Amino acid sequence: MDTGMQDISKISKVLIGVVLTILGFLMILPFLWMFLSSFKTSTEISLSQSFWPQHWTIDNYKNLFTNGSFDIYVKNTLIITAASFIGLFLNAMAGYGFAKFDFKGRKFLFMAVLATMMIPGQVTMIPVYLILNQMQLTNTLLGIILPGLVGAFGIFLFRQFMSNIPDSIVEAARLDGAGEWYIFFHLILPISKPVLAVQGILTFIGGWNAFLWPLIIANDQKYYTLSVGLQLLQGQHTSDYGLQMAGSSFMVIPIIIIFIIFQKYILQGFNIQMDK
Amino acid sequence: MVEIKLEHISKKYVGAKGYSVTDFNLKIKDKEFIVFVGPSGCGKSTTLRMIAGLEGITQGGLYIDEKKVNDEAPKDRDIAMVFQNYALYPHMTVFDNMAFGLKLRKYSEVEIEKRVQNAAQILGLADFLKRKPAALSGGQRQRVALGRAIVRDAPIFLMDEPLSNLDAKLRVSMRAEIAKLHRSLKTTTIYVTHDQTEAMTMADRIVVMRDGEIQQVGTPREVYEKPVNVFVADFIGAPATNFFDVTLQDGYVKTEARTFNLAVPEGINKVLKQAGYEGKKLILGVRPEHIHTERAFIETFPSATVKAKVVVSELLGSESILYTKVGDSEFVSKVDARDYLDPDQIVELGFDLNRSHFFDPETKESIL
Repeated sequence: MDTGMQDISKISKVLIGVVLTILGFLMILPFLWMFLSSFKTSTEISLSQSFWPQHWTIDNYKNLFTNGSFDIYVKNTLIITAASFIGLFLNAMAGYGFAKFDFKGRKFLFMAVLATMMIPGQVTMIPVYLILNQMQLTNTLLGIILPGLVGAFGIFLFRQFMSNIPDSIVEAARLDGAGEWYIFFHLILPISKPVLAVQGILTFIGGWNAFLWPLIIANDQKYYTLSVGLQLLQGQHTSDYGLQMAGSSFMVIPIIIIFIIFQKYILQGFNIQMDK
Repeated sequence: MVEIKLEHISKKYVGAKGYSVTDFNLKIKDKEFIVFVGPSGCGKSTTLRMIAGLEGITQGGLYIDEKKVNDEAPKDRDIAMVFQNYALYPHMTVFDNMAFGLKLRKYSEVEIEKRVQNAAQILGLADFLKRKPAALSGGQRQRVALGRAIVRDAPIFLMDEPLSNLDAKLRVSMRAEIAKLHRSLKTTTIYVTHDQTEAMTMADRIVVMRDGEIQQVGTPREVYEKPVNVFVADFIGAPATNFFDVTLQDGYVKTEARTFNLAVPEGINKVLKQAGYEGKKLILGVRPEHIHTERAFIETFPSATVKAKVVVSELLGSESILYTKVGDSEFVSKVDARDYLDPDQIVELGFDLNRSHFFDPETKESIL
């Protein structure tokens, strides 16, 4: 009977493997197609059905930067992404405060932070726009960056993770002579590496993909981000598919690379065991 | 030379109804090994944390070498502490864990290396310096926590239930190691535990606490032989002391149901009578190890014996624990292993009233 069970589990393992491989292939296929198409000329995309480019060309990529303004978009996107990492750091500090310091109104403030998660972003979009307008921050990079700098979800995740760091570690450090900033930078942040990685990836993806808000705030092309710029490639009447594919590939590849590097941390998630 | 003085120290947590620690007075001498012991919630850890500076002091004064330190930050008190869960920095190696405090205090690389190596040698950690805490066993982690305290060479060690996360066997060996360490380092140590065995075996002086108040301060022998009240008599010693509600009459103590009728030794009887307890109620406390089955004892004190029925009997190897019953009163005795008896057997037990304790039923304080 034992061997029977083993056979079954072996067969089911193989079966699952096959199914997953097929599904995985299906998932990856559009990406591959996009990537390969970005090396075709527009005419080839329209006329030929072939998967592989018949004439490899990198003109599409060149075009992004010469005819389009992708260099500006890249710069803006990098600035926004970098700024959102400052936000990540602020989230971490707020989370640490909520997790490890006992101050008056802590519970209430934390509930208030959580409550903001229940309001859909679309609802606050117009009020925030009006506020920014009054502050004369519309059509500026700062206006794009500020509203999303800190967020309830990030604070919440940091707080949850840091609550699990034993108080005694912080206390031991205080007795060892460490100041509060030192503790935060040399103990709390390194210990929080898993959640930092997860949050960092989410932040990067969020910053890199930022679309709707930059679209609303930025009137000027010089403040456009990659995804807004990508949208521009889609003309009203004609579409240069080769250019679009190149733009899309250019956007998605950094994210894939980052995911491959950090997937260990993503999978580790928040289930890290702190104090065995 | 370091002396710690706690004067009328009280602690009330914000939002709490009552005090967690009330009017705590103690003078801790240089090089002394003091153990705070008591059931959970008795305020022993709170007191320790106040000394460390991790909790604020609501009332009273804390003095280290005559200097009031109530408002000094923990790092300025020059205290090393070992925590129950070790509180090791999980992302650092054993070496860095021990060096952390030294680096912060700006010791030279050479000095740090020397001190850490020395501590590692003492604690048998030399082979593990490059490991991270997650790769260590519970006992090794405990050693690292101790090492972190040792390298600092601080004049005061605080230990908050450092052994309670270890298994029974390891606890016994670490207990001896800590005692040995204290003998060689001679650092003034305050040790918190709920385990009376740890208190008895390690302490120079024991502070027994209950509900935020000191019950008794004394050497292990003192608190064992002369408990000031029912609580201390009950808490110190294992198995716990047996208590009987008795009446003193004509040199005898008897229970209400007359199941007991024990002759009180003359000297003790005299004291009790002088204290005005003749014909009055008392609480008699007899430790299990002071109830005997030996023939010789029973023949010497024939009027202090009871015939009891065995309920349960536990053989511990060198001795056995008898759970017996007479009438309504149940009590425990610790006797020689030869006297292991089956349930329902009748056994004659002799009470050593010379070593028993008498308490006032109202105040629960010791009379003698």
